[in-house]
Amino acid sequence: MPVIQESTDIITVTGLVKKFNDFTAVDNISFEVKKGEIFAFLGPNGAGKSTTIKMLTTLLHPTGGQIILNGSNPALNKDGVRKSIGIVFQDPSLDDDLTAYENMEFHAICYKVPKDIRGTLIEDLLNFVEIWDRKNDLVKTFSGGMKRRLEIARGLLHHPTILFLDEPTLGLDPQTRNHMWSYVKDINQKEGMTVFFTTHYMEEADRVADRIAVIDHGKIIAMGTGGELKTQTGADTLEDAFLSLTGHKIREEEASSLDRMRRMGRLWAGRRR
Amino acid sequence: MNVIYIMWLRQLKKYFRSKSRIIGSLGQPLLFLLAFGFGFGAIFKKAGAGNYMQFLAPGIILMSVLFTAIFSGIDLIWDRQFGFLKETMVAPVSRFQIMLGKTLGGATVASIQGIIVFILTLLVGFRPHDLILLPVGAVVVFLVAILFTSLGIALASTMEDMQGFQLIMNFLVMPIFFLSGALFPLEGLPKAMDIIASLDPLTYGVDGLRFSFLGSQSVFGMTTDLTVLVVLTGFLLTIGSRLFERIQA
Repeated sequence: MPVIQESTDIITVTGLVKKFNDFTAVDNISFEVKKGEIFAFLGPNGAGKSTTIKMLTTLLHPTGGQIILNGSNPALNKDGVRKSIGIVFQDPSLDDDLTAYENMEFHAICYKVPKDIRGTLIEDLLNFVEIWDRKNDLVKTFSGGMKRRLEIARGLLHHPTILFLDEPTLGLDPQTRNHMWSYVKDINQKEGMTVFFTTHYMEEADRVADRIAVIDHGKIIAMGTGGELKTQTGADTLEDAFLSLTGHKIREEEASSLDRMRRMGRLWAGRRR
Repeated sequence: MNVIYIMWLRQLKKYFRSKSRIIGSLGQPLLFLLAFGFGFGAIFKKAGAGNYMQFLAPGIILMSVLFTAIFSGIDLIWDRQFGFLKETMVAPVSRFQIMLGKTLGGATVASIQGIIVFILTLLVGFRPHDLILLPVGAVVVFLVAILFTSLGIALASTMEDMQGFQLIMNFLVMPIFFLSGALFPLEGLPKAMDIIASLDPLTYGVDGLRFSFLGSQSVFGMTTDLTVLVVLTGFLLTIGSRLFERIQA
């Protein structure tokens, strides 16, 4: 394999803008993600992280700018992009009335995973996230952590070139969070899969990501490794670095109350069935 | 093709897993059959119109097909609220296939529901005259099922949540049922009612099913019934898939 491949950009974003009426959610951002890299989008709630991820994953049309993802433009060649990405959404996207195995199978068929390897792949992945013994249970009987793990397994099923994780650890306990990252890092190292994730947990970005883009009010205000960001701002922790970059803390009161509301919402949503 | 199949299968699995939903949905047709069938039976006979249960049964079968089909379509709102819709939206498959799979699944479920209610009508004394036309009846049931599942999906594609559900129930589904001639003969109606009934798609379904069961009492003729149903089904499938394709997750 040629050595040059290592430094190839797999995602190139130039001047990306997304406006909702008068509100600019994403304000002219540009960045590159290298092949095989773990890249974090760090910022408070409402910073434009999810909007960006939605544009990268073909769910939203950008107002302006350009995205090239694995050689395709998500706005023009949706299916080309969709084939090469795996996504774990911020909110659960499993079918609660199907079993874990059926959810995996559904995904495999949608992504045209060949029938002869489908079974083994699903088994491997469910073992990997430690829910193989619950494969025939309905997803509605699963805990939040198990659902997350199942979603990650599902996102990996079609061997995506890039895995997108939108706030993957929101609402998970620290133990499950560590577990989840160990899976993701494992696959990243073994298969060289690129990982793009958003978070508002600073220590998570610092610990997991190769490079971090700090985003606030729709703009990227700093980019680099955790160490670089700290050196750049002369701060000891990424927390302080963020404070000195943006002038405010990442988790303000309104942000955490929004989290609580989301969790409440999910509780209610679960109850309604 | 596989995607259509897996979407179809998903609808069926969900249906058969909710036993309470199946049993619950038989309550209403049974109540209607007993209350109307026996309640108006005597007066219907006195008016010289024959056996009311014979007249009513096809209408009640299609009532449950109508309700189940609309719900199966509107079901889409749950998929959206519980996030599953996003999983299908980012998959590298055409949305038309997803919509078609969901429609066929919902329509199959509604048809099964129709068959269960058909058995129920036999238990309360309904006797079809002509078994030869039963396959035609099955076609009518399936067309009605597809038609209203597509309508449900079309409506659900434009709705954010279940808020508008009551509105649809009271101003669309109920009128479609009550004004279709499922409960009463269409002859000798006031002009306005007559026009409304002839604009109601279910009218043609009821007429067609009644004809295929009883062989005699067709108002519009089987050709008209089937033509109207096929054309409308095609139309609503197109509208449904257009609206479905426009959904932004």
